[in-house]
Amino acid sequence: MDFFSNLALGFATASSIENLFFCLIGVLLGTLIGVLPGIGATATIAMLLPITFQLEPVSSLIMLSGIYYGAQYGGSTTAILINMPGESSSAVTAIDGYQMARKGRAGAALSIAALGSFFAGTVATFLVAIFAPPLTAIALQFGAAEYFSLMVVGLVSSIALAHGSIIKALAMVSLGLLLGLVGTDIYTGTPRFTLGIREYSDGLNFVAVAVGVFGIAEILRNLESEKTRSLLMAKVSGLLPTKDDFRQMIAPVLRGTVIGSALGILPGGGAILASFASYTVEKRMSKNPEEFGHGAIAGVAGPESANNAGAQTSFIPLLTLGIPANPVMALMIGAMIIQGIVPGPNVATEQPALFWGIIASMWIGNLMLVVLNLPLIGLWVKLLTIPYYVLFPIIMAFCSIGVYSVNSNVYDLFAVAFFGFIGYVLVKLRCEPAPLLLGFVLGPLLEENLRRAMILARGDPSTFLTRPISATLLLIAAAVLLVVLLPSVRKKREAVFQEED
Amino acid sequence: MRSSKFDTTNLLCGLLFIGLGLFFAIQSLTLDLGTAFRMGPGYFPLILACALIQFGGIILVQSLRIEGEAIGHIAWRGMLFILPAPIFFGLTVRGLGFVPAIFLAALIASFASSKMKPLTALVLSFCLTIFSILVFSYGLGLPFRRFGPWLGF
Repeated sequence: MDFFSNLALGFATASSIENLFFCLIGVLLGTLIGVLPGIGATATIAMLLPITFQLEPVSSLIMLSGIYYGAQYGGSTTAILINMPGESSSAVTAIDGYQMARKGRAGAALSIAALGSFFAGTVATFLVAIFAPPLTAIALQFGAAEYFSLMVVGLVSSIALAHGSIIKALAMVSLGLLLGLVGTDIYTGTPRFTLGIREYSDGLNFVAVAVGVFGIAEILRNLESEKTRSLLMAKVSGLLPTKDDFRQMIAPVLRGTVIGSALGILPGGGAILASFASYTVEKRMSKNPEEFGHGAIAGVAGPESANNAGAQTSFIPLLTLGIPANPVMALMIGAMIIQGIVPGPNVATEQPALFWGIIASMWIGNLMLVVLNLPLIGLWVKLLTIPYYVLFPIIMAFCSIGVYSVNSNVYDLFAVAFFGFIGYVLVKLRCEPAPLLLGFVLGPLLEENLRRAMILARGDPSTFLTRPISATLLLIAAAVLLVVLLPSVRKKREAVFQEED
Repeated sequence: MRSSKFDTTNLLCGLLFIGLGLFFAIQSLTLDLGTAFRMGPGYFPLILACALIQFGGIILVQSLRIEGEAIGHIAWRGMLFILPAPIFFGLTVRGLGFVPAIFLAALIASFASSKMKPLTALVLSFCLTIFSILVFSYGLGLPFRRFGPWLGF
């Protein structure tokens, strides 16, 4: 069996002492920063990204994935304890989780979230292992036209799932694509948009852009109004859920896992959508829907499982096609490129140890989260009491060191400040940064494939429509765009995002 | 606050996008455009820049129709101290060396909060510097000079 030998290879890679260690560090760091309110998973990874560059590619990506789950887990912890979701996908958890905490059941809520996530993560890891190889085989058939269309689908979905105005999201994608093109043109070697600065001829540093737009903009936003956080320092006791709790959480966890796995594959931020969808489903299926909003167990178990399943399966498009499903995956692509790995279908065949090692480490990372975090919850709760003004100088210092360590390029640090400013301005103008980052990562790839496809088709743009796979993908993109622009859907979409805020 | 007849946020947003679009469009025009068959370095950016200008235009037009909420509080103090920190680090890391550069950058960033007291900032920056030296310089072995040539050793 190929499947088992592959998984065995993966576990052998991921369970080397070194990789286990980096996985652990990643999970701990991720949780640590994810717990700190106001900093989501994307910002966390953006800030910690540079630390991993000194490592081997496998260890580095394993650690990054660990940071990702850790941050997500930390996000749900704050959602439950202080009603402050670390990131949008745990916003749903805050609704019922916080209510449970107020009723003195914070411990139970936290373990339900952790156990649900672990189960969902286990299933989703297997799904990734099962579905990644066949998809890779399909992806190997892809030509330039198909890649172009696929990236269009990814960009369009990121627009559909962004908060607020669709036109703004479209503008952000265009801006991101343009920023991605800064640097030397691959075909002619002409420098573009570098303002004559030689240090930018390799393009803008991805880490600098990500740290600026996500990390620094986030810090500035938090500095706007320095309120003291009112903490519900409920004593976290009674960690283990009762038998009754277990009975109540089984069905929601199963449903959440299915929903999350399916939606996570969708490009454009499936995990957020997944937790909302799961919450809605649970509310509909529930025998006593009036419980929801007042501490329903299903309202924590379902969305948390969906969220985590989605987070895992969003690795599928990344590993098979090299297309990021959300900003976090865009960061992973950036990390792979810096490590000298070209993301795409070839990763599975050329670097099987890396490919399967990452998949196996997902499961190990999830296991570590459950084993470590339940006992450590007390520590995380203490962390919440650290005042914010102590934290951000630390974050700034690490960002500076991190960004500089990538290339030892002083201009990257100037770019951080610049993009921090731009990112903050855009946030103030109510523009979502996620589409910008996705555009930035895909910009060069999109252009390269467009140009190659046009050369192959001798300048005939109908090539995108006459090739069946490409045409289907473009149709999907057009359909998604049409649907989000429909007035009725638009209203619903606004309502969903309103709830989230 | 005076209620304006247009959405200030979107007005600024539209103008910003148009401005950025124009910048990229003008830059693209100085590059070789090529043909659709063989696209030059300026072809795709020009299309994108035009799209950006268009989106900016739509946002601008929309902003004139509806009244919007105000932009809200702006973190002036935050920007004044946070943004210079990485720039300062960049300017001094080669000359002063890693240790003083990180200490001063952290110190600058500390003052972004009105709640920070000078002594706390000093202590925090000092501890942070020690930690960074141990982790990044000794632990991860990053090739930074701890003290640079400007200091004379």
